[in-house]
Amino acid sequence: MAKVHQFDVIVVGGGGAGLMAGLYASKTAKTAVISKMYPTRSHTGAAQGGIAAALGNSEGDNPAWHMYDTVKGSDYLGDQDAIEFMTNEAPQAVIELENMGLPFDRTPEGRISQRPFGGHTNNETGKPVRRAAHAADRTGHMILQTLYQQCLKNKVNFFDEYQVLDFIMVNGKAAGVVAVELSTGELHTIHAKAVIFATGGHGRIFEVTSNAYAYTGDGAAILFRKGIPLEDMEFFQFHPTGIYKLGILITEGVRGEGGVLINGKGERFMPKYAPSIKDLASRDVVSRAIYTEIKEGRGVDGKNYVYLDIRPETVNKFAAEDGRTNPDGSKFNLTAEQVLKKLPDIIDFCRVYLGVDPVTQMMPIQPTAYYTIGGIPTNKFGEVVIDDKNTVMPGLYAAGECACVSVHGGNRLGCNSLLDIVVFGKHAGLKAAEYAKTAEFEKLPENAESAVLSGFEALRIGSGKENVFDLSNEMKNVMFSDVGIYRNEKDMQNALEKVRELKKRFKDVSVTDTGKIFNTELLNAWELGNMLDVAEVVALSALNRKESRGGHSREDYPERDDKNWLKHSLVWSKNGKLEIGYKPVVITKHQPKARVY
Amino acid sequence: MELTVKIFRYNPEKDTRGNYVTYKIEGNANDRILDVLEHIKGKVDGSLAFRRSCAHGVCGSDAMRINGRNHLACKTLVRDVGANITVEPVLGLKIQKDLIVDMDPFFDNYKKMLPYLINDSPLPADGRERLQSPEDRARFDESTKCILCAACTTSCPSYWANGEYYGPAAIVTAHRFIFDSRDEGAAERLHILSETDGTVRCHTAYNCTEACPRDIKITKAIGEVKMAMVTGKLD
Ligand SMILES: Cc1cc2nc3c(=O)[nH]c(=O)nc-3n(C[C@H](O)[C@H](O)[C@H](O)COP(=O)(O)OP(=O)(O)OC[C@H]3O[C@@H](n4cnc5c(N)ncnc54)[C@H](O)[C@@H]3O)c2cc1C
Ligand code: SF4
Ligand code: FES
Repeated sequence: MAKVHQFDVIVVGGGGAGLMAGLYASKTAKTAVISKMYPTRSHTGAAQGGIAAALGNSEGDNPAWHMYDTVKGSDYLGDQDAIEFMTNEAPQAVIELENMGLPFDRTPEGRISQRPFGGHTNNETGKPVRRAAHAADRTGHMILQTLYQQCLKNKVNFFDEYQVLDFIMVNGKAAGVVAVELSTGELHTIHAKAVIFATGGHGRIFEVTSNAYAYTGDGAAILFRKGIPLEDMEFFQFHPTGIYKLGILITEGVRGEGGVLINGKGERFMPKYAPSIKDLASRDVVSRAIYTEIKEGRGVDGKNYVYLDIRPETVNKFAAEDGRTNPDGSKFNLTAEQVLKKLPDIIDFCRVYLGVDPVTQMMPIQPTAYYTIGGIPTNKFGEVVIDDKNTVMPGLYAAGECACVSVHGGNRLGCNSLLDIVVFGKHAGLKAAEYAKTAEFEKLPENAESAVLSGFEALRIGSGKENVFDLSNEMKNVMFSDVGIYRNEKDMQNALEKVRELKKRFKDVSVTDTGKIFNTELLNAWELGNMLDVAEVVALSALNRKESRGGHSREDYPERDDKNWLKHSLVWSKNGKLEIGYKPVVITKHQPKARVY
Repeated sequence: MELTVKIFRYNPEKDTRGNYVTYKIEGNANDRILDVLEHIKGKVDGSLAFRRSCAHGVCGSDAMRINGRNHLACKTLVRDVGANITVEPVLGLKIQKDLIVDMDPFFDNYKKMLPYLINDSPLPADGRERLQSPEDRARFDESTKCILCAACTTSCPSYWANGEYYGPAAIVTAHRFIFDSRDEGAAERLHILSETDGTVRCHTAYNCTEACPRDIKITKAIGEVKMAMVTGKLD
């Protein structure tokens, strides 16, 4: 029998979105945050570059520009009501983080320092604008620490190292979750009026990725199996600059500080693809440019990588050519010392993993699977919406990378995710607490944990001839090569079939550990099941969208097709079959037009 | 190349005490020790248990003893340690299974430091950020880097000798707030650290600084905290 706990609001996930939700919900409702890792291990801590907000601390900026840039960045697939809401809330959200104690870097006047980032522009000049508020190159780490600290200060309840395995739904409403306590293997039923999912993304379905091992799409998969749709799953962001082969991220902040991309012939190539903002174009544009350089034989040594160059002499040479100046109009001049100070972690990664010193050497990079754009559909209050009419499921909320509001549409702008988790984490927390105030607890079904037990049982009793590690690698390889940066019908069909085959073979997977205490083998197998479910939806959605938009680039349909495809896709699991549907994009201020940088 | 990897194994559901198991596998000089462990778990023995997440040294999950010293498995490469590799759990915290130790006492010490900004003064009237000069911000930059991996605390002989000692990581956290010009809780934290389980237990063995994967000069930070205690000044 599972132990039963009761809370008004339960938050699944202790990253930035979950902590913000927990912090706000706990102000008025009995709340707990449950996380499969200690919250400080969450992937928010890996975010480097910054959080976007039109604070205008160094130069003129305003939320309306931020909104337009985000809409344009999204290739017009983002919902403009939600985007406007987010960019309007942004300055206050960042100031609130500072007030909570976040150690942002400072301007000489003592204000929060901001740096340029891809796709963020001064709408009048079209030039990059300093909008990314940052704490060196560990902004996410500082957000995670600060929010965790605030939760401690405000005595939020935590279940650390408990993994949620199932969502309990009664009468079409949220009623709680089932979780396993990793250190004992015991099951716990957490009875709640409101459940907020903030479980992060699923980048681990791809071979080369900057994502943590924990990014297995648990939340999305759990809800999907309960009949809740997933939105825009074809959109997954490939970040242009991952460390060659390892996928470890090199922040866009490097280019924000003046770094440039160089091909195998020693040429700077971005001006060809984005004449006005060059190396700071949107991520999808830069990833495709790198891929094109490689495909046309201009990779380094004929291999599939190019260089990122932050050596001061290179940076200053191109900055002079571009006419770049400091905010006060003085000549832009980067020194080795500034590189060390502004990008310490990047320097460290390159030295440790590559034996390369970026102050004197170029960094070998290739695009890396980075950010889950699609996910659990929500409105701008974090309420999960379960159909094409945006019908809300009572008591169920989602926020952060697992959710699709959608503010990122077809392509996310840098620094908009940390903003997303803070803004929508907060509102999901507030909404859930407000709901819990008047809602009643649904009666728990008998044996709420039985589905979990039979799932585990199935994993244990399979014939055991398949290996989790191998299946997982086969999935990652096919997803990276066939549902990657450039896509076409044949490859995606192949990926879809492959994933379906892997799902069948998964039934015969071997789990040798029969123990209860930290049975990570069993849980890794369960996570692979989630990844396969999610990968199938990604491949199917991608195959289905017959156009190119944002990060979804099809060789067989190279143009954006607003007539037929200016709409969100939704995929449901119904009686074991996948069903596809659509819902309209919310367009308020900005009509779609061609997207040039 | 062939790697010989000796790993401490302990399963409380089966074993009365731990033992070492040696695995021979193929690997590369550029593999992370974490890759090696993943390979063994994936292909040789699925029951091997360890924590990990980010795989690039920023989440603090996988501190362990590698050839006798504390490291993050994901930030240590085969080329750094050679083909004969011994992997053990960190010392001083209870082993729960294989390389996994009980982190609760570690986080409890963190929590004792009042690890949050204390400032009850009104916020700026203009609704904006509190101001802080770049110099004041730089004052505590080092200690903001901590990822709570416990490599320092579990390499400290004073901590091994007395598990009540708050340990270097907790003091680094205290340092992060004590020297933040926006914080007003320094006196309270210095008082906590002046108790018997506080800084007096630090005998500058220096192990912590050597173990820190974030290159935080921990001994120096502890020294600054001690100095503040004596002088009552925070510069
Ligand atoms: C290397 C890197 C750099 C980045 N840089 C930037 C940047 O500069 N700017 C920016 O805006 N964005 C950046 N991003 C993106 C951004 O950091 C993430 O999208 C965001 O932090 C996600 O936050 P989250 O709260 O949704 O998820 P996370 O922080 O990943 O938290 C997920 C939580 O869910 C928990 N969880 C998951 N599954 C379960 C389960 N089954 N049961 C219980 N708990 C579970 C985990 O334990 C974790 O606590 C970056 C991302 C990466 C990978
Ligand atoms: S101070 Fe260094 S070694 Fe100690 S917990 Fe923090 S990061 Fe780890
Ligand atoms: S896995 Fe995150 S620090 Fe090693």
